[in-house]
Amino acid sequence: MADTIAPTNPADASAPRQADVRTEEMLVNMGPQHPSTHGVLRVVLRTDGEMVLESVPHIGYLHRCAEKIGENVAPYQYVPYTDRMDYLAGMNNNQAFALAVEKLTGLEVPERAQYIRVMFAELNRIASHLVAIGTYGLDMGAFTPFLYCFREREMLLDLFESACGARLTYSYITVGGVTDDLPDNFVDVCSEFLDYFEPKVDDYNNLLSYNHIFVKRTGGVGVISAEDAIRFGLTGPVLRGSGVKFDLRKAKPYEIYDRFNFDVPVGLPGGTGEIPRGVVVGDCWSRYYVRVKEMIESVKIIRQCLRDIPAADEKEGVCHKKCKTVKLPDDEVYLEIENPRGQLGFYVKGDGSAIPARVKARGPSFCNLCVLEYAGKNCLLADIPAIIGSMDVVMGEVDR
Amino acid sequence: MSFEEICQILKSQFGDAIEETAVDSCRPYVVVSNDKWTEVATFLRNDQRMAFDFVQCISAIDLLADDKLACVYDLAAMSPVSATEDMTYARELAVRVTTDRNNPQIASVAHLWAAADWHEREAYDLMGIDFPGHPNLERILCPDDWVGHPLRKDYAHPLEYHGIPGTTEHELKSPRH
Amino acid sequence: MTQFSVPWKQSPPLEYRGPARGIVALARMVYTMATPIVSRFPGPILLGAIVGGTLLVWAHWMLFGWVETIAASDVNGAAQSVWGQTLTTAEIGAYLDSHSIVASGILKYLLWPLQLELLRDLVGLGAIFGLFNLIPVYAIWWERKVAGRIQSRMGPMRVGGWHGWAQSFADGVKLVGKEDLVPEQADAMLFRVAPYLAFVPSLLAFLCLPLGSYWVFRNVDVALIFIIAMVGVEVVGVIVAGWASNNKWSVYGAMREACQMVSYEIPMTTVLLIPIMTAGTLNMVQIGDMQTGGWFSWNAFHNPFTFIAFITYYIASLANCKRAPFDLPESESELVAGFHTEYSGFRWALFFFAEYAAMFVVSALAVTLFLGAWHTPIPATWAFEEDSIVKIFLNGVLFSSPFWFIFKCFIFIYIQLWIRWTLPRIRIDQVLYSCVQVMFPIACVALVGHAVWMVLLDGTVVSDIIRWILGLLTAAVTFGFLSVAAFGYRNGRQMVGYLAVKQLPGA
Repeated sequence: MADTIAPTNPADASAPRQADVRTEEMLVNMGPQHPSTHGVLRVVLRTDGEMVLESVPHIGYLHRCAEKIGENVAPYQYVPYTDRMDYLAGMNNNQAFALAVEKLTGLEVPERAQYIRVMFAELNRIASHLVAIGTYGLDMGAFTPFLYCFREREMLLDLFESACGARLTYSYITVGGVTDDLPDNFVDVCSEFLDYFEPKVDDYNNLLSYNHIFVKRTGGVGVISAEDAIRFGLTGPVLRGSGVKFDLRKAKPYEIYDRFNFDVPVGLPGGTGEIPRGVVVGDCWSRYYVRVKEMIESVKIIRQCLRDIPAADEKEGVCHKKCKTVKLPDDEVYLEIENPRGQLGFYVKGDGSAIPARVKARGPSFCNLCVLEYAGKNCLLADIPAIIGSMDVVMGEVDR
Repeated sequence: MSFEEICQILKSQFGDAIEETAVDSCRPYVVVSNDKWTEVATFLRNDQRMAFDFVQCISAIDLLADDKLACVYDLAAMSPVSATEDMTYARELAVRVTTDRNNPQIASVAHLWAAADWHEREAYDLMGIDFPGHPNLERILCPDDWVGHPLRKDYAHPLEYHGIPGTTEHELKSPRH
Repeated sequence: MTQFSVPWKQSPPLEYRGPARGIVALARMVYTMATPIVSRFPGPILLGAIVGGTLLVWAHWMLFGWVETIAASDVNGAAQSVWGQTLTTAEIGAYLDSHSIVASGILKYLLWPLQLELLRDLVGLGAIFGLFNLIPVYAIWWERKVAGRIQSRMGPMRVGGWHGWAQSFADGVKLVGKEDLVPEQADAMLFRVAPYLAFVPSLLAFLCLPLGSYWVFRNVDVALIFIIAMVGVEVVGVIVAGWASNNKWSVYGAMREACQMVSYEIPMTTVLLIPIMTAGTLNMVQIGDMQTGGWFSWNAFHNPFTFIAFITYYIASLANCKRAPFDLPESESELVAGFHTEYSGFRWALFFFAEYAAMFVVSALAVTLFLGAWHTPIPATWAFEEDSIVKIFLNGVLFSSPFWFIFKCFIFIYIQLWIRWTLPRIRIDQVLYSCVQVMFPIACVALVGHAVWMVLLDGTVVSDIIRWILGLLTAAVTFGFLSVAAFGYRNGRQMVGYLAVKQLPGA
């Protein structure tokens, strides 16, 4: 009787058959309330003991009709709603929507405002990656890096607060520019922060990235090849972790990114340079480490911004004068920018009035999450948080 | 390869199936006939000159004035995969496929681009477009028993869902609030 | 101004009734009175509590000893067997009078009950139970403080004033006050029993745990086996809890615990054979007393194999008490909370008491078996010749006392906390691999190597040299750690970053 039981898992076909133990598959609901699903993601796992045979993500628990709202308010009023999509990278969301509307309407943005935008987008990229890195440590059971990351993020939020008064949902970058000019001593405070922050990245690396247990937990887990990454439409650090050196800031420079000198980090095989052994291109560790390296690149960009930013011009200001009254032509536009989590695209269709006929957001987390069904197969239960965490999903943006 | 060149290749290949090329648009797009969409999509994906391997976005739109629904496919072809050189988009193309509002059907392209899977489910959920050939066409954002497709222009907001009362815009503007 | 009103009915503040009212009032009064005093003089109070507690135990021990003397002495010309029969008050009075001790009229009535074994046991049990409760309470508080400092924050700062010293008591009061929930679909009986199955064994382990040569409740000949057994039985509570909860995550936690147990117990018990081989006994008091005479006679430095055994034991003991990086049964990022997902309130607190008590027990085993038990690293004979009662007292208190024992145990608990807040968690297959395929072979090699060493090299010069090397190695590590800590304490009084300094309380 025992011999008739075939291995349920095709991947284990070559493994010695343990026919004397009758195992039963179990469906486990991971989420919507679960510590490491980063919000209200629900994943249904089909498990055989500790092995996960299949994982099916279910989303929509945070759906707030953001796109429908976009059809009822003017672009200038819609900017605060974009904050609520990827709430960890509000500045970048504002920027994406503002750029899409500006391209559609042809609004010119003052140069100083462009510098401010780039600067804040990069600062917010650091803040967002800090959360990603910290919570990823948390997923792996390391509590301390999380608080270190939040300590630094707190200072970033202070910088944001000094510029726009908000600490999470900024609406600072808006259609036609930014809402307000920088405070007087911002350049000094910001440089001080960058000087303080840059060595801290080494701390995170020593504490978490190169930790043997951490590498063992994430290296070679959830490997996504470059071809699959493109096939599934993955973007951002998830795509670059698979060894695809594609970054919209380089590939299709928006704003003034072509003026800056920076590098695009990609996932590298283990054993090269500082990459520990056991790491495979496209695994969780590579995706994680791309974020760490991107923070350094962001610091570089911000330093160049602080150096080159033109002086405030009273006459021109930092925002286009018609930003609140602009009419959208009967046309459509689709524009993508490089968000911390990937490419955030906004499709905006006008109909001649001041209110868009259709606003559609291409959330990077939404597109990245669809690979979970493919990557979260035939792994251990403990690998599922590792894979989800390395995607760095923000459910506010997945469900919109 | 510019937008015009892509249009020329498509027109020479499919003729009338390319209904319109909106060159002057802010972001140029081609309109592909609904019944030829599968062939065009396969050509865009597999032809050596096209090789659009990356789906940026699929946006469903409601063209209420024309009594039509449409899907806008933003496709891109990536330059050869490299871990050392900065890659770019070799070419980009926006394709619009319209469909009848009463029986909206657009052939699925999920078998060509894995990324299209969830985008099509979202379009089905929020705009009610059917994608024949999709492996798992279910609601993705709304609950499975939700009635109607919220992003349609004529969508009526339900006033009750499983005992949860809904609010209309009229109520929100009333002096009670 | 419009008032914000909640649509639902506001419940009136909770009123305590009956005896609860008096208890709460008393607790409030004590808290209100104690807080300002403790906040003002934390140091003297801490020291005073330690000295006072010790004196109390010593006084009661001396008193019992005195009664024993009376019982054993020749009263009224008739020899008394020690515990054979009970003395009468008249006999005690006669003894006191014969030694011309004042107030013998009252004293004889006070001394009479002290000769009953039951009373002695009750007092001893009270002391053990108090210790058993105090250790987790302060281990939890300490864990939070250590975690806070490691994470550049303060940890608890409010309750009780001085560094939140009463935080755990407050948490305990909260937990006891919470509703005792049993999930509808759970196996109610097992669900209720499981926390006790985890709690009681660790309490029982304390019964045989010697804190000093004479500071042991029951000096059992097989104490070591008993303690290991009790620590192992605790696992049953965890498995029952996970199974009875009727929650898939809990079952995962329980199965992981079962899986983990069969893998760590093997190397752990194997390496424990090494000190047993050295000592030739399972009696913990004897094993401890064999290591008198400074660090040179500590088991861990006996030879390289015992040193390896000590480290192996310590790693396995982390798995034993479910501490990081082996905290898989309750790994909060994978299994929500593992086996105690469905628990709340008092029953949940019992699990935590059991866990922290187990931390102390495994650290105590490490100290007793490998690191000189209750003895100082410096031989006490260097300081005092035990020729007078005062010197014996000083020797006992300062050099071979429970303080040393608890101090060493807390060092190991500290290392457990340190690891917990530094390392990520490993995966279940890696736990099995590391325990069965790495630690078990190492344990076997150490066992065989130690046996060979005992036969061939024990007592030779080589042995002494190796001891010196191992001892100096440990001393260097300890000194390095202490200097780093001292440097950090001196230069790190302020939290890192200008922001944290401004915002954190007490910084």
